[in-house]
Amino acid sequence: MQALIEIDRLNLFYGTFHALKNISMKIPEKAITAFIGPSGCGKSTLLRTLNRMNDMIPGTQIDGTVSIAGADIYGKDIDVETLRKKVGMVFQQPNPFPKSIYDNVAYGPRLHGITSRQKLDEIVENSLRGAALWNEVKDHLKRSAFSLSGGQQQRLCIARALAVEPDILLMDEATSALDPISTLKIEELAQELKERYTIVMVTHNMHQAARVSNQTVFFLNGEVVEYSETEKLFSNPEDQRTEDYISGRFG
Amino acid sequence: MNPVKKDQAAGNRRLRFPKHIREEWYGRVYAYFCVTLLIVTIVSIVWFIASKGLNPFLSGAVSVPELLFGRTWSPESEPPLFGALPFLAGSISVSLLAAVLAAPFGFCAAVFMTQIAPKVGRRFLQPAIELLAGIPSVVYGFVGLSVIVPFLRNNFTGQGFGILAGTLVLSVMILPTITSIATDALSNLQAGLKEGSFALGATRWQTIYRLILPTTFPSLLTGVVLGISRAFGEALAVQMVIGNAPHVPRSLLESAATLTSIITLEMGNTVGGSLHNNVLWSLALILLIMTFLFVFTVRMLERRAGR
Repeated sequence: MQALIEIDRLNLFYGTFHALKNISMKIPEKAITAFIGPSGCGKSTLLRTLNRMNDMIPGTQIDGTVSIAGADIYGKDIDVETLRKKVGMVFQQPNPFPKSIYDNVAYGPRLHGITSRQKLDEIVENSLRGAALWNEVKDHLKRSAFSLSGGQQQRLCIARALAVEPDILLMDEATSALDPISTLKIEELAQELKERYTIVMVTHNMHQAARVSNQTVFFLNGEVVEYSETEKLFSNPEDQRTEDYISGRFG
Repeated sequence: MNPVKKDQAAGNRRLRFPKHIREEWYGRVYAYFCVTLLIVTIVSIVWFIASKGLNPFLSGAVSVPELLFGRTWSPESEPPLFGALPFLAGSISVSLLAAVLAAPFGFCAAVFMTQIAPKVGRRFLQPAIELLAGIPSVVYGFVGLSVIVPFLRNNFTGQGFGILAGTLVLSVMILPTITSIATDALSNLQAGLKEGSFALGATRWQTIYRLILPTTFPSLLTGVVLGISRAFGEALAVQMVIGNAPHVPRSLLESAATLTSIITLEMGNTVGGSLHNNVLWSLALILLIMTFLFVFTVRMLERRAGR
């Protein structure tokens, strides 16, 4: 498998706090890579460097390179908006816009200049199908997004991200606010999506990482402790700390 | 009765009204007393204005259409004419125009303070705007009289007094209302909404006009309606710059009058209980009804915003 994202000696500081320490890794395309680790270990921070959402936090300093498909995303000639269009994100709390279901999905394409009704209809349908939500909402696309359940809202947010045709989908603990059945649906969806998208997910839930991901990265205090095939990491970890964590001895 | 039982009886009595129950009761009585007082005050004000203001209609001296649509106000003529259309037109036009003028400034200030430069906004702009709200209206009127009126007189036709001068003064006066309500609405935005938009590749400006403004629109409108309502009720500053000519204005630069300005001007020159005095109360009643309408509108908007 080819590496789509390459991180090379990345260091990140929030003010004086050293949040990510000398991180290097290659994330393969069209696969699910899971970041696990205890709270505050830097996994979400690393995820957010991939679409430069950390830019908005004042006092963030970055050193090292992150490249996607060969291009340094912190380079001078990179346009953050174009980057974020290519690297979609789903957040911990479902955050649909206070608009109709249709307008939520059409929001991204409209931003990027698509106005044709026919084209938008098509994108909305495809994205909702892609997020396994179409059959549940196709008869009331004009209803408010808030009329949906939490799990449906999260799948709507996935559809919204898919609508701008990203290559990469970042999921920042996307199921931690959901009930087990909705979680299962999102996990199944992730399995389908990895055929077409590169997925990087942060999860608090080790079992989730074990169930859905192809690669797993274990973080501790801003450092990568272990990065390997999911099966290997969970059955036969190399580092003692990884073993302690996955066997529930801390975290 | 043996001593043990006696003690128990005393204990029971104390238990029936322990301290926290008594405090609860005092608090409740005090709260009910205050609320009753408030309701009595409001009802008596409305009743007083209505009883005075309805008098001209009930006695048959003036009819409602005559008052609302009559174009001539001459209380001293024989028979006296009480047409309040000039004042209604004056009040409505200055308030609406002031809101139209102030709303874009207020929205932009709020967007700047919450989205673009929150630090500068909170530290400098917010206090400045609160200061604007604290300036007494006579000062606004005075500034209007000595700056805006001469400016209009020198640069346009007419004396400078009129709807335009009133509008300019009022728009500055209602700017704080519109701005602070818009600021509240924008800073109470649901967390994660902006991030969601940025994550789709939206620029800050796209996020503001495609997501933030539509989302907060009902609240922004609430601010505008409250601003209009404040402008509608403002008497002193407007009276100082509007010229107080009781005729329906044909241009922005022509002297005009408002409901409030005519009440403050003429109230002192009339005898209590006379027809002229009672008709002024009718104008006050119109103001009161308008205020109710504004409050009602704001309520409706808030309900829409709450959904």
